Amino acid sequence: MRQRSTVGGAYLLTLLLAPALAWAADAHDHGLDWPSLMDFLRVLTLQDYNTRVVIIGTSLLGLAAGLIGTFLLLRKRALLSDTLSHATLPGIALTFIIVSALGGDGKNLLFLIGGAALFALLGTGSVILIQRFSRLKDDAALGIVLSVYFGLGIALLGLATRMNTGNAAGLSAFIYGKTASMLLFDALLIAWTALAAAICSLLFYKEFTLISFDASYAAGQGWPVVRLDFVMMTLAVVVTVVGLQAVGLILVVALLIIPPAAARFWTYRLRPMLLLSALFGALSCYLGATMSALMAKLPAGAVIVLTAGAIFVISLLFGSARGLLRILLERRAMARKIGRENLLRSFFELTEADLAGAAIRLDDLLKQRAWSPGQLDRLVSLADREGLLNRAADGTLRLTERGIQTATRVVRNHRLWEAYLITHADIATSQVDWGADEIEHILDGEIVRELERLLPEADQPAMPASPHALTPAAEME
Amino acid sequence: MEWTSFDTWIVVTGALSAAACALLGNYLVLRKLSMMGDAISHAVLPGLALAFIITGSRDSLPMLVGATAIGVLTAFLVQALFRLSELEKGATMGVIFTTFFALGLILIRQAADHVDLDPSCVLYGAIELTPLDVYELMGMEIPRAALTNLGMLAVNLLFVGLFYKELKITSFDPALATTLGINATFLHYALMTLVAATTVAAFESVGSILVIAMLIVPAATAHLLTDRLGAMLVISVLIAALSALLGHLGAITVPTWFGFTDTSTAGMMGVATGLIFLVTFLLAPRYGVVSRVLRQWQLSLKIVADDVLGFLYRYEELKQPQSPPVQAGDLQKALKAGGSLWPALWQLKRRGAIRQTADDVLPTETGLAQGARLVRSHRLWESYLCDALQMCPTDVHALAHDLEHFTDASMSEALARQSGDPNIDPHERQIPPLPK
Repeated sequence: MRQRSTVGGAYLLTLLLAPALAWAADAHDHGLDWPSLMDFLRVLTLQDYNTRVVIIGTSLLGLAAGLIGTFLLLRKRALLSDTLSHATLPGIALTFIIVSALGGDGKNLLFLIGGAALFALLGTGSVILIQRFSRLKDDAALGIVLSVYFGLGIALLGLATRMNTGNAAGLSAFIYGKTASMLLFDALLIAWTALAAAICSLLFYKEFTLISFDASYAAGQGWPVVRLDFVMMTLAVVVTVVGLQAVGLILVVALLIIPPAAARFWTYRLRPMLLLSALFGALSCYLGATMSALMAKLPAGAVIVLTAGAIFVISLLFGSARGLLRILLERRAMARKIGRENLLRSFFELTEADLAGAAIRLDDLLKQRAWSPGQLDRLVSLADREGLLNRAADGTLRLTERGIQTATRVVRNHRLWEAYLITHADIATSQVDWGADEIEHILDGEIVRELERLLPEADQPAMPASPHALTPAAEME
Repeated sequence: MEWTSFDTWIVVTGALSAAACALLGNYLVLRKLSMMGDAISHAVLPGLALAFIITGSRDSLPMLVGATAIGVLTAFLVQALFRLSELEKGATMGVIFTTFFALGLILIRQAADHVDLDPSCVLYGAIELTPLDVYELMGMEIPRAALTNLGMLAVNLLFVGLFYKELKITSFDPALATTLGINATFLHYALMTLVAATTVAAFESVGSILVIAMLIVPAATAHLLTDRLGAMLVISVLIAALSALLGHLGAITVPTWFGFTDTSTAGMMGVATGLIFLVTFLLAPRYGVVSRVLRQWQLSLKIVADDVLGFLYRYEELKQPQSPPVQAGDLQKALKAGGSLWPALWQLKRRGAIRQTADDVLPTETGLAQGARLVRSHRLWESYLCDALQMCPTDVHALAHDLEHFTDASMSEALARQSGDPNIDPHERQIPPLPK
């Protein structure tokens, strides 16, 4: 429990601290050109037509990536997108070289995106070939294709930068992402493609849901799983290649992975997850593109990914479905309930004959279970505050009316379960206490009624006698 | 092409860093942690950048420490997040390494103002420049990068040597390792620490992304070539060194074919190791695609040849004096062997089992004996399946037809003994005696 929050905390701290450090180191220098407040407002509120198109385009990209990434994540293909995005580099460099050598504009986005998409598909194909025709595992296939294609890309990029014709300098935008260098046409292309991809993934909602959750069932039902997988991967490729310029090819994979991963902490259901994931993706891209438009030195991809990372950390900590805080609180509440019920049952077993009258001392309770005096003291104080028992001035303890009711219910559940184990599960009388000790805390009303039905001899609502001697735990050890 | 001592040093540096990576890569591949190598090599970026910013220099030691720490943190966070978030492992890695990498990019942009440092240098390395930065050792000028990587290789060798047995057991059977009292967690993090350190040590020569090529590809290639861990380690290191040599050669020769001067050596190292992998993937003696196809083809030829001999023998059994000799067309119709019939016939002719005149296929003495042996196996199987296994209602002929090809002499005699040395098979046909 402690480890969980420490990890989350450490992660958050690293995220928050590092940029702060960077800026601190930068403070005495002419590092970032901080934008004026007016600039800031102008960009944030999308005053400028060019900026507006760029930011809307990038946000749409984030939205599409969030949708498709959700299916990829559920299909357990998250890292395949990493491989295919790295595999685009040789496509970009080669297209640039060929188009420039032929006298065209090497940085024509349509050509570059086409080349990138071709190599992304080639890379995906290579992964599938290696998986199918060699003894290597999936992870090795992904790693091999990723690194070899990337190596080829760097070698080709080396050639591109040594070319006389064409200017390869802008190609680095594809590696790190730079929204500021985007032309209006590029931004429009991103916007429309992303929109189309998002709509496409929604059109395939039912099919993708089916193959994401149970591909073999889908195949059994006669769905063309291979072709659907191909559509899904193609959509991932489309998002990746149009995202290259905005986010950069190393980081575009983050758009496909982080928003859905973050969305998972808020819900167990697919529809809200898709919605949230799209929202997170769009938000990260909106904020990242805005920052990058304001501060030309910041690589857009990195800012977008860090924003997404921050959203992820917030979701990890505070997510309403699987967030750490919620898990933490639930466990704490459970631990309290168990402590309280253990205390009351020990109390009950000590004073079974005269529940209301008997006053119990802490020492007697201490012998009942393997608890430390400190633990017991905390439990007693808690029960005192909850109005389950009264602590007299001389330190003796007495159950209140509510305490008696709760204690009776707990002990009854315990003994019903014991009786059940003895009659129906053939467990030795001396052994049943342990099993019942754990289960008694989570027996709800329905199960108790079921037990009563199964155990006619447990003459409800009376209290069954304990089937075994009530030996204090302390003496047993 | 001009080869200078510069080129030699580039190759030596590349080979040393590649070898250091490949050695550890074997364990990543075997433990299905390849993508962890990818994650770590991306994630060390902020560590490098922080070291630059804090020390204000490109000194190796702080960089090594800072980046290694981040690398181990990555491995730890991946594990922790995996355990407490129910996300699949790939996604966990994806979340963490992209965030770290993004952080690193921003930090490096900041650091670039103070230190002479280019992000692309970190990403793809600048192996071409390493011979410029030399260190005097016993009168020899040795590039600093070569020394760093030599040291890293030595550390990795020491680690693998010391924990050879433990690493082997945890890689192949983690449960057994735990019952033997081997601390798997310690080994895992020790391995991750070394992977991170090796990545950092190698980043100057091959760059932080191509490190993964050297981590995984040579080891994966070696895995296709051998089943023995010791041999795999040696082969992977050799392949890594070879890729460095071929990579540099390729970087200074291949571009000249297209009118360029040269290109990135690191990139070409990745390409070279990829090509070696491709060749192995196709041609590896046991696990290669081509060899597997060849083996299957040979087996299918053997079966067709067997069937031809069996057919010829049965024809001989039923033949009347005036029967014409078997023709290739008859065989084709009876066996439905398709295109494999011709190479099979050619093989049989070379073995001296048949003679072919025009279209007639005539068995020789040896051919008939081999056919007899095959038919004997077939009919013995039928008897055995019928009598001993009581499988007669099913189609024992089809079963026997499959089994006969894999039954050698000793097995068919054992069958004969088991079924009481019968003369007649369930279809009332004579079982040929063992030919002399």
